Amino acid sequence: MDLRICHLYPDLMCIYGDRGNVIALAQRARWRGIDAQVRELREGEALDPDWADLYFFGGGQDLGQDVVSRDLQGANGEALRRALASSAAILSVCGGYQLLGHEYVPADGPAIPGLGLLDVTTRAGKLRFVGNLLAEAPQGTLIGFENHSGCTYLGPQARPLARVVVGHGNNGEDRTEGAVQGRIVGTYCHGSVLPKNPWLADMLLLWALERRHGAVRLDPLDDTMELAARRAAAEVARTRP
Amino acid sequence: MTLRTLTALAAGKAVRAGLQAIGRGGTALPGLVALALDPEVIGHLSARLAHGVVLVSGTNGKTTTSRMFAEIARAAGWTPVHNRSGSNLERGIAAALLADADVAGRLRADVGIFEVDEASLARVVTRLEPRVVLVANLFRDQLDRYFEVDQLARRIADAFARLSPATLLVLNADDPLVARLGDRHRGRVVFFGVDDPLVGGRVAQSISDATHCPRCSSRLAYARVVLAHVGEWSCPSCGLARPARDVSVARIALGRDGTRLELAGGGEMKVPLDGLYNAYNAVAAIAVARCLGIDDATVSRALAAFRPAFGRLEVVEADGRRLRIVLVKNPAGSNAAIGALLERGGRLRVLAALNDRDADGRDVSWIWDADFEALVPSIEHAVVTGLRAADLALRLKYAGLPVSDMEVVDGWRAALRHAIDTTPADGETVVLATYTAMLALRGALAEMGYVGRFWED
Repeated sequence: MDLRICHLYPDLMCIYGDRGNVIALAQRARWRGIDAQVRELREGEALDPDWADLYFFGGGQDLGQDVVSRDLQGANGEALRRALASSAAILSVCGGYQLLGHEYVPADGPAIPGLGLLDVTTRAGKLRFVGNLLAEAPQGTLIGFENHSGCTYLGPQARPLARVVVGHGNNGEDRTEGAVQGRIVGTYCHGSVLPKNPWLADMLLLWALERRHGAVRLDPLDDTMELAARRAAAEVARTRP
Repeated sequence: MTLRTLTALAAGKAVRAGLQAIGRGGTALPGLVALALDPEVIGHLSARLAHGVVLVSGTNGKTTTSRMFAEIARAAGWTPVHNRSGSNLERGIAAALLADADVAGRLRADVGIFEVDEASLARVVTRLEPRVVLVANLFRDQLDRYFEVDQLARRIADAFARLSPATLLVLNADDPLVARLGDRHRGRVVFFGVDDPLVGGRVAQSISDATHCPRCSSRLAYARVVLAHVGEWSCPSCGLARPARDVSVARIALGRDGTRLELAGGGEMKVPLDGLYNAYNAVAAIAVARCLGIDDATVSRALAAFRPAFGRLEVVEADGRRLRIVLVKNPAGSNAAIGALLERGGRLRVLAALNDRDADGRDVSWIWDADFEALVPSIEHAVVTGLRAADLALRLKYAGLPVSDMEVVDGWRAALRHAIDTTPADGETVVLATYTAMLALRGALAEMGYVGRFWED
């Protein structure tokens, strides 16, 4: 069995450990004997909507986000739309999450259009939310670190990924964190969210494998070290958020 | 000297004496007290330095470069005041100055050499009038504290635009984020770089923070990539390119016991440190020395006798084993350290320590940007410790280190004891530690009797 992962704009949208997510997806597939291939898409290259089963779209700096936003307004945006419509899965983090939404409204100046694949809208906030984040999802506890000033609000099509216990999440107001809509996932847990949240990594792997291999079952892995890192990070989030 | 400055000086000195009486090093608190009483204290005191103030900043290499330049200054017969304990915020500079001053504010030193945290640089340059400001590089580091590196560069460039024209800027031409920091400076800018065609690869590294042109946003082209986004860069679209180097290394010969630098335009220097990044540190120090009129023969003599700071490849002897201590605090620095370790060759025993205090960065995600995949095939055994040991162990697992080849050990002394005891006699363990983990390990090594106290350094 094989799995194809596409890392979107790795050099522009990969701030602070985002690539840990791609490492986690590929390794958790390989440890199960699945042949995981990773391709990178850079701006200006053509996205092949038929190739990847799973996309990763990380966060970036302002300049990177501008370049990527322009690239996605052309054929690549259309290709990604088609890929996700034909049941590929995607994990988006921070800036990537914002760009999958309808638009980003800065403090001044015109709104920056997103792809509208997620029913969310983001507005520039006055505060920066920086710190450990702990949130409860139906599938498990989400543990990560957030660092954003954008405030994201969910529309009726999107469900929150998790409910915030410690931290700020989407906007610091409604206790929601991240969004799920079909096989599209967005989160503000930037950096390496998947290594410490193997339930989320495996959920994405299952969705991705189903695209070309039908219903599959994932063999269990020995997650002792993952659980130890989760326990330590949860303790940090509770005691010194 | 105003009464206010003298009061601040007296209070700071009293705090320092009190801390020393109870056996504490006190590299920051006395400065903090003095600054609270007189925010201008560092400007007033440093104005008395005959050779002026040199500020050394950048994400990586600050401590080594400023120590190198301090040795050069000493060799030139100058007397430096130097915040050498890695205390590189405004308060650390204040503490160093007031430790050097007498109660009337007279300084023993005649030159100030201060390493400055890159996030504090924009502020510090407004607090005193530096003669030279060196910026060595800007990389992603502690995103929770510094935020994005583009924003940091903008803040520094804004501050440089307001500098006195008398201030000399010394900038790394090979770092596109740094090379443009002086564009709006009214005074002179001196560039340094590495021009050895054999140094560096052709492929951009995955952790690059400056893939695109700072002027026109097109993708930069690299003839050579030395580290992250540092290298021989140019913009094929608008023609922006690395500025001409005033001080440059034409050839670098890396060896196990040190590095030989051939300077463009003639001259050769030896530095008893390995690692390509130390060649950069040396050329930066050479550039500063030349700006201040110190001759190459003096520079060469000082560099040849240079000894590394604690945690910068320093070696500690413990029961016939060597602990080679390497500070790792961000992806670019880690990759540079990993590169230097791999150049040495052989199988490695590692003690790795990860903390998430403010000074380390509270977000430990950065370990996923560091190229542990390159290091792991050379690791024979790893002991992992620190407040976030579990995160680091997980990183090593995903980088391919078999779980049976690593042990997580709680507690600094226990981890050191275990690492030392499992190292073969005459063998070596490489200690990779973040800043506060390194301080804690240093404290434990002192308790165990292997090193002296920190502030004697």
